[in-house]
Amino acid sequence: MSKPSKPQCFQDLILTLQDYWARQGCVILQPYDMEMGAGTFHTATTLRALGPKPWYAAYVQPSRRPKDGRYGENPMRLQHYYQFQAILKPSPSDILERYLGSLEAIGIDTTLHDIRFVEDDWESPTLGAWGLGWEVWCDGSEISQFTYFQQVGGIEVDLVSGEITYGLERLAMYLFDKKSIYDLPFNSADSEVPLSYGDVYLQNEQEQSAYNFEHADTDMLFRHFTDAEKECARMLERRLPLPAYEQCIKASHAFNMLDARGVISVTERQSYILRVRDLAKASCEAWLATQVAKAA
Amino acid sequence: MAELLLEILSEEIPARMQTRAAEDLKRLVGEGLKGAGLTFTEARAFATPRRLALVVDGLPVARADVSEEKRGPRVGAPDQAVQGFLKGAGLASLDQAEKRDSGKGEFWFAIIKKKGGPTAEALPGIIETAMKALPWPKSMKWGSGTLQWVRPLHGIIALFDGKVLAGEIAPSGQMAPVKFGDSTRGHRFLSKGEIKVAGFADYVAKLRAAHVVLDPAERKKIILDGARELAGRAQVALKVDEGLLEEVAGLVEWPVPLMGTIDAQFMDVPAEVLTVSMKIHLRHFMTIRPDGALANRFVVVANNAARDGGKTIVDGNERVLRSRLADAKFFWDQDRKIRLEERLPALKGIVFHAKLGTQAERLQRIAALALSIADYVPGCDKPQVMMAAELCKADLVSGMVGEFPELQGVMGRYYALGEKLPAAVADAIGDHYAPAGPNDRCPSAPVSMAVALADKLDALISFWSIGEKPTGSRDPYGLRRAALGVIRIVVENKLRLPLRKFFPQADLLDFFAERLKVQMREKGVRHDVVDAVFALGGEDDLVRLLARVEAVQSFLATEAGRNLLTAYGRTANIVRAEEKKDKALAAKIAGAPNAALLEQSEEKAVATALDEVEQLMKPTLAREDFAGAMKGLADLRAPIDSFFDKVTVNVTDKPDLRLNRLKLLNRIRATMDSVADFSRIEG
Repeated sequence: MSKPSKPQCFQDLILTLQDYWARQGCVILQPYDMEMGAGTFHTATTLRALGPKPWYAAYVQPSRRPKDGRYGENPMRLQHYYQFQAILKPSPSDILERYLGSLEAIGIDTTLHDIRFVEDDWESPTLGAWGLGWEVWCDGSEISQFTYFQQVGGIEVDLVSGEITYGLERLAMYLFDKKSIYDLPFNSADSEVPLSYGDVYLQNEQEQSAYNFEHADTDMLFRHFTDAEKECARMLERRLPLPAYEQCIKASHAFNMLDARGVISVTERQSYILRVRDLAKASCEAWLATQVAKAA
Repeated sequence: MAELLLEILSEEIPARMQTRAAEDLKRLVGEGLKGAGLTFTEARAFATPRRLALVVDGLPVARADVSEEKRGPRVGAPDQAVQGFLKGAGLASLDQAEKRDSGKGEFWFAIIKKKGGPTAEALPGIIETAMKALPWPKSMKWGSGTLQWVRPLHGIIALFDGKVLAGEIAPSGQMAPVKFGDSTRGHRFLSKGEIKVAGFADYVAKLRAAHVVLDPAERKKIILDGARELAGRAQVALKVDEGLLEEVAGLVEWPVPLMGTIDAQFMDVPAEVLTVSMKIHLRHFMTIRPDGALANRFVVVANNAARDGGKTIVDGNERVLRSRLADAKFFWDQDRKIRLEERLPALKGIVFHAKLGTQAERLQRIAALALSIADYVPGCDKPQVMMAAELCKADLVSGMVGEFPELQGVMGRYYALGEKLPAAVADAIGDHYAPAGPNDRCPSAPVSMAVALADKLDALISFWSIGEKPTGSRDPYGLRRAALGVIRIVVENKLRLPLRKFFPQADLLDFFAERLKVQMREKGVRHDVVDAVFALGGEDDLVRLLARVEAVQSFLATEAGRNLLTAYGRTANIVRAEEKKDKALAAKIAGAPNAALLEQSEEKAVATALDEVEQLMKPTLAREDFAGAMKGLADLRAPIDSFFDKVTVNVTDKPDLRLNRLKLLNRIRATMDSVADFSRIEG
């Protein structure tokens, strides 16, 4: 098989990574259809990391961090961006080599570049999760996060997942040598209608930043938060961990919005994080019970 | 004699953990060898980002049978002691032990016979035990295993006398055990395949051929030499940062220093900002121009000998640097548009501590404290103290400090200078966190001292008031460091600061006393002298306290001092012995001796000498002439010596005379104790 050529635009990068991880035996999933802060929130990572069943998956996840919005004026920050996530459970012993293979696939030549694994332990207070790993540097630029999950939802994992996260915009800026996200070629420059990242997303950044910081109805968001909390509890009573967990995702996003609106004080902040964590923990426990029951 | 070579290959070990882990491995294997009765001449440990290695030289190939004797409890000792002894010695019952008279009674003895045999049989267990006991600061499991290591483990070389030891480490789960072997891997990118080694020398040579420099000290040297050469060629000097060097040496197996350039547009950003940004984000080394200013060249150490000579790597680093510094420059430009004073309202929104209010409230306390401290700082301009104290935390809400918290204070100083505030105010803002540690510089300008003291004293007083005191190794608010900072500022600048005046809490002074003791012990001051002076109690002027300690220590170094101490000891012993016999004695001998009852010339001489010394002592101590006070005490020595030669204290037939003489002795003790509690001095 001829080697696929080096990606030339943003969507090539996604397609190349999907193709590469499909060849590593991953199921290629589509993004989760809810607002979430990072690819880790996808059930394919949070829930599947628990329990005794092996799981290899890769997917793109649009991620929303309302506080990071800059009205499209900062060339490197977005409130909506893409993560590419690969999760291999249990982590195979050659997972680092496989990861380095993905770099080669996207056109990073290790005979020219300086790749480093720099200690970076990962922790998500809202998910009650942590793991050890590295941020991966290419010539000083952080191009991925690599984590071996140890705990999720406050539960020690049975099998350790190796989780690789590529921040796609940042990686693309590096690969295509662009100073601004908005200048990234989204499709090929040779296409009939060449479109940049800015053509696709600039207006979205402007409007969503205004919404996140100025216009979002905070009373409604507070209500959404408590509604999600209640609904999560109700679904847990009915032993439906997946719908319960979706309510946890909702609560987390409502919290992120409220945080961006600046209506949560420093002291309250911690208590909201703990409330989301309680939902995550309870959902994870309920999910784990279904996995163990089926495995037995 | 034979050599043991051990290598533990894993995925990338955090740089900050490598040195300690290598030392721990050496220690733990060493202890295992010792426990097995195996001697060796030398053990050396090394670490790279992917491996820990240990070589032990001069091990015997086999051990002879040895028998060891272990003394147990006394015959007839309680059962608990006997059981402990049996367990420790590995015996089933006392039938296997021997009874023997050691001269101090009959004791149980166990004769433990250790079977000898080939050393190779003992080593695998020792290695396994050492690996299981190795205390990583953070460790993890991987795959389906349960074994904990810093990162996934990939291979173990265990060679003794050139032969592979029989052994393995099992991660358990569904995973294959990692078997002891004789092969490893070289550099992740510059080497392919496995490397088979025969012994340590072969291992080091083959690793080098596979682009791995095993010894961290050698990697550091390569980095330093290479970086200096590059700097020399660019006519700049390398700014050596030991911590960074240590870390970078732990990030590379094959160091290749390369030189890059900082874009000119960033060179007017303060040097501290460039340095912090480049060090934290990129682990770059800075360089200096001949005039001492920061140069526009940096050194990056790659872990790769790239086929284009490093051009791509330098380009990439310069690119990342541009975007990082663009951030820093953005903050620098934006921050200077807002005056420090205008930032103060924002501090109301920052909680300092849930029970201690906001940073704005803390600033008010600091300002009030700084003003009253200023009374004791010579040459202190109060309006400047007020201004500096009110602005000292304003930079916490600047963009730059938000991004780089370690630049707190530093940025405040720059912003103050930019606003043309008085230099003393700007410096005080910049200095008020100092000293951050025993090696950090200590503020010495008057305004800086007042604000720096206020910052630390407020932290101590506030946390004390809510019961948050340091305990054991827990000191989350850095209060020990704060107290030490106060001590250094006061002592090094000889400030006459009555500390107690500022504390509502009595035990805070005790906390200072403890910190001062620790600090003086570290400086080599005799701990018993420190104790003797502290025992007087109530002293809150650190400068005076230290002068006294110094005087006592020098006095004790003289012959007169040593003799007087002996005399003091005799005096105290006699009085103590008599007090033991008669509980009411202490009260009876409290007052001055009755001059009319003095009989012998020797005791009269002591009384006269005491009168003279006491008269001298008051004014001498009052003017803090502690050396003079010591000299005065020295005059007591001759009369006291004659007194002990000629006078009997315990004249049993004359109780009044005896009591009077005890009073005299007690007064000697009291007079000396007014300078320092000599009973705490070790002879």
